[in-house]
Amino acid sequence: MTTTMPETTAAAAQPQTIEKVSIIISKGSLEGIYPGLIMANGARMEGIDANVFFTFFGMDAITKKRMHKIKVATVGNPGLHMPTLLGAIPGMSSFVTKMMMKEMEKLDIPPIAEFVEMIADTGAGIYACKASVDMFKLQKSDFVDHVTDIITVGEFYEMAAGGQIVFT
Amino acid sequence: MTATTTMTIAGHEVDTDHEGYLQRPEQWNRDIALEIAQEVGIAALTERHWLVIEYMRNQFLAKGSAPSIRALGKESGVPMKELYQLFPKGPAKLAARIGGIPKPRGCI
Repeated sequence: MTTTMPETTAAAAQPQTIEKVSIIISKGSLEGIYPGLIMANGARMEGIDANVFFTFFGMDAITKKRMHKIKVATVGNPGLHMPTLLGAIPGMSSFVTKMMMKEMEKLDIPPIAEFVEMIADTGAGIYACKASVDMFKLQKSDFVDHVTDIITVGEFYEMAAGGQIVFT
Repeated sequence: MTATTTMTIAGHEVDTDHEGYLQRPEQWNRDIALEIAQEVGIAALTERHWLVIEYMRNQFLAKGSAPSIRALGKESGVPMKELYQLFPKGPAKLAARIGGIPKPRGCI
């Protein structure tokens, strides 16, 4: 019995470059938000279409009241190489955040609010997750104006079709 | 990675990397820019294109590295939205390539 190998032809037809990415940002700490923003901006710099989908605490990055207060997690963050009890000292999170922002500014990485605006201006779509919006009892007016829309998971997948999905 | 090849653009011999970025900015001229622009899908270079291209080039010549996309949006005189209208396939990359400077290596 002979069988055809559709995988082979499909693989051969794959484009050599990535044409579209959909990036999900799900965490609300500084180190949870930045990688997704850098990936999204970097995609646009390469001429790749990009959409950014903010869900759960990741939505803090686009919430007017919270976007300027995002901090590095100094507790439960082994990457910081800091004893947990030291990380729990009041003001430690703000201090570490300040240090890190200073280093990022040197590399020309903008603060979160400016970065989100910049990414929107590159033509990338900025979306909030409907389930999270309902859960946290938020409204479109709670978000910065650059938020294109509040969408369902289904709408997200529809939008992501044909591209790569990156979850952060 | 930085293997240099010689190619002829607009009748001029230039040193480029494997992606077509000029390796020696002094070999560049406006005819070369026009031909590279055509090749990357920009049919005509307007004054606004030139503003960006010249900013990239001057910054590179002054500092030895290309500006970030953030700096490009803030300081070139062309705001971010328009940068992407002028160079849809990536403003920093394309302006560097057309402006005859090496490929920018920054992540921002």
